[in-house]
Amino acid sequence: MPNQDPDKRITNFDEVALGYDKEAATLEAKRCLQCKNPLCVQGCPVGIDIPEFIKEIASEDFEGALAKLKEKNSLPAICGRVCPQEDQCEKLCIVGKKNEPVGIGRLERFVADYHKNSVVKKASLGEKKVAVVGSGPAGLACASELLKRGYQVTIFEAFHKPGGVLMYGIPEFRLPKNIVEQEINQLVEMGAEIKTNVVIGQTITVIELLERGYEAVFIGSGAGLPYFLNIPGENLNGVYSANEFLTRANLMKAYLYPKWETPLRVGDNVAVVGAGNVAMDAARTAKRLGAKKVSIVYRRSEKEMPARQEEVLHAREEGIEMNLLTNPVSIEGNDGGWVNGLKCIKMELGEPDDSGRRRPKPIKGSEYMLEVDTVIMAIGQGPNPIIPRSTKELTISKRGNIEVDSKTGQTSIEGVFAGGDVVTGAATVIQAMGAGKKCAESIDKYIKNN
Amino acid sequence: MNTIVLKEVLSPSIKKYVIDNPDIAAKAEAGQFVILRIHEKGERIPLTIADFNRENGTVTIIFQEVGNTTKRLGKLEVGDKILDFVGPLGVPTTPPEGKNYVCIGGGVGIAPIYPEAKALHKQGKQVKGILGGRSKEVLFYEEEMGKVCDELHIATDDGSVGHKGFVTDILKELITDDSVQIDGVIAVGPLPMMKAVCDITKEFNIPTTVSLNSLMVDGTGMCGGCRVTIGNEVKFACIDGPSFDGLKVDFDEQMRRLRMYREEEQKVTGCQCGGEC
Ligand SMILES: Cc1cc2nc3c(=O)[nH]c(=O)nc-3n(C[C@H](O)[C@H](O)[C@H](O)COP(=O)(O)OP(=O)(O)OC[C@H]3O[C@@H](n4cnc5c(N)ncnc54)[C@H](O)[C@@H]3O)c2cc1C
Ligand SMILES: Cc1cc2nc3c(=O)[nH]c(=O)nc-3n(C[C@H](O)[C@H](O)[C@H](O)COP(=O)(O)OP(=O)(O)OC[C@H]3O[C@@H](n4cnc5c(N)ncnc54)[C@H](O)[C@@H]3O)c2cc1C
Ligand code: SF4
Ligand code: SF4
Ligand code: FES
Ligand SMILES: [Mg+2]
Repeated sequence: MPNQDPDKRITNFDEVALGYDKEAATLEAKRCLQCKNPLCVQGCPVGIDIPEFIKEIASEDFEGALAKLKEKNSLPAICGRVCPQEDQCEKLCIVGKKNEPVGIGRLERFVADYHKNSVVKKASLGEKKVAVVGSGPAGLACASELLKRGYQVTIFEAFHKPGGVLMYGIPEFRLPKNIVEQEINQLVEMGAEIKTNVVIGQTITVIELLERGYEAVFIGSGAGLPYFLNIPGENLNGVYSANEFLTRANLMKAYLYPKWETPLRVGDNVAVVGAGNVAMDAARTAKRLGAKKVSIVYRRSEKEMPARQEEVLHAREEGIEMNLLTNPVSIEGNDGGWVNGLKCIKMELGEPDDSGRRRPKPIKGSEYMLEVDTVIMAIGQGPNPIIPRSTKELTISKRGNIEVDSKTGQTSIEGVFAGGDVVTGAATVIQAMGAGKKCAESIDKYIKNN
Repeated sequence: MNTIVLKEVLSPSIKKYVIDNPDIAAKAEAGQFVILRIHEKGERIPLTIADFNRENGTVTIIFQEVGNTTKRLGKLEVGDKILDFVGPLGVPTTPPEGKNYVCIGGGVGIAPIYPEAKALHKQGKQVKGILGGRSKEVLFYEEEMGKVCDELHIATDDGSVGHKGFVTDILKELITDDSVQIDGVIAVGPLPMMKAVCDITKEFNIPTTVSLNSLMVDGTGMCGGCRVTIGNEVKFACIDGPSFDGLKVDFDEQMRRLRMYREEEQKVTGCQCGGEC
């Protein structure tokens, strides 16, 4: 797939991957062997009928391809862009045993983009109402499935804009916001009502939603609580969580300050701690915002980096430095309390740990100083605590996640279901969507049986 | 919803709006706040809920025009709508145990101290109020505070009204007056004032609650920009506060963190356009 040239793209926020055109898509689709027993489908968390939709592309019936996709996935334009395909569908593709696997995600993206302006019909809705908390992928997928099943759906969103991480976290150059907006508008056209600026647990509680006549509630409030390392210097000026950095940049458009009124200080030398998608996004955003040097600091090796391969590759192309097997020890500051260095120690890999990855161990005496003026922490996040704290009836795990019945997604409260990052901890867009969809099916059953 | 139903100019730079939002009015408690945004390109800023009326479905905010957003906010009129208005955020204040309280409001901090004093007064506690400010012009709410305090003291830097000097001078007198024991102090105002209050109450070991005005973006625990150090722990002011045990707050760190965007902010306010350009 063609990409924007690295030298050029670090000066803009336009999408990096340019997507297939009709010819390229049809050509790629013809590489699919149309397996009788398609392994790729097993790798897709929502079980898209991959050979079928690809067959429609090969025969240039793009309409038919979209219909096939939408049977299982209500947000194909998004998943085609951000799914970690190399760990999911494409990992199992038979063609990939000897050659490049079929570009399933890219084809998915092509079909969705080809139909950008397709009109959706308003679903015919019955009397019963369901409340959806959070408008990230979990909430959107749940709402979409409920609408299809004829329920009135109200989505409550804490922020002033719906979309969750798709809107405030993942940057424009990877997932253009007009695509997210389009997908959300389609839901609204189908009949969803979206109430922004409502924090469930503060403005209205979960129990009050049930009392207000919603037959069931779905909680998809995400994993929005940023972790810090608890090392000295973390509260110095110039230390951000990736969430704060990305929210200021993406949602609040700080790169247009002061026309857009939210400020952001990027600095000249930026260290980003962590090596997941969030870390790559923060690093590449900092670069685009004018940082001269941006370095990833990660305590394991390249092999263990949790980010999508493509993002790591793109980051390297854009000149992001990788300090691997390196762990931060402390953040140093000047007299004014501003960051002026990140003290690191070199690591080596030891025995495998619980996750099967080799455990990194510090190498004695190998401390050194990275001269930076900004540090961005991207080391993971936990479930947002507002709903757990305000809903005593909910059973919560030790790590703060909402506990659910693994079959139905129901929580410890009857009629209240949950899914996505708030249940699993930080995971993926498509997993959150899968959970939202599954809960919609359970909600349908639950209401029908009541 | 979110329409300004009443506007009062309390002092040249301090304004009060009563805003219609029944959901927030139904839930608000002393110590909580809202986050608002006034136009599509605007930033999100937190303001304390200075009062609420559950029957009318309104909440009151009182703000000082200090920079771009608050200046723009101050230009709105009755009938205008606030684009985004979300709350109530944060946890309500839990005052220290006891019967006798001193409530101190400094500058625009008088706005948030009023609902605290009112709540204590409603519970039948003894409340002594101290209001402080630069001069007579910047004080407000003397009458409202008078109604919910058993005694009300005033201090101004220039002596234009009340005691000439600091609120802490009066606090010290109240503490050293042996006739009543003070069980708890609640103080809201500029950080240096809250710090000075806590330096005194620490000496006399009086439980003290303060309200911190850290930088915020979302107000829901998502960004961590509002972090504060309390004792040896890092807390998020928006979901763990904004009220905290004043005797444990690292005030110096807070003062420093509030300066994070000083340079950028001055680029905007420095041009004298009030953010129009
Ligand atoms: C920077 C970044 C990059 C990522 N990149 C990828 C990627 O490339 N590929 C991939 O598959 N995954 C990626 N992920 C992970 C993926 O985005 C998440 O797993 C997914 O968004 C989880 O969806 P969710 O619906 O559970 O939660 P979220 O997307 O977090 O949405 C939760 C929503 O609920 C709202 N909310 C929270 N509490 C309340 C409340 N009390 N009341 C009302 N609303 C509330 C929030 O404001 C938010 O809008 C990335 C994550 C981040 C942060
Ligand atoms: C919980 C809480 C309650 C508050 N209650 C009140 C109140 O009742 N009345 C009142 O007048 N003020 C209150 N404040 C402070 C108020 O939010 C700031 O004065 C306002 O954000 C300034 O914005 P500005 O653009 O006008 O000024 P700027 O010129 O941008 O900033 C001036 C100073 O205000 C602070 N500030 C700027 N942006 C923010 C932000 N997003 N969040 C927090 N602080 C910021 C910084 O210290 C900054 O240096 C409260 C703050 C918090 C956190
Ligand atoms: S949704 Fe994701 S995993 Fe499923 S087919 Fe599409 S790209 Fe692959
Ligand atoms: S495994 Fe690969 S070749 Fe086989 S059907 Fe799936 S995409 Fe086509
Ligand atoms: S304001 Fe973002 S976590 Fe508190
Ligand atoms: Mg401002």
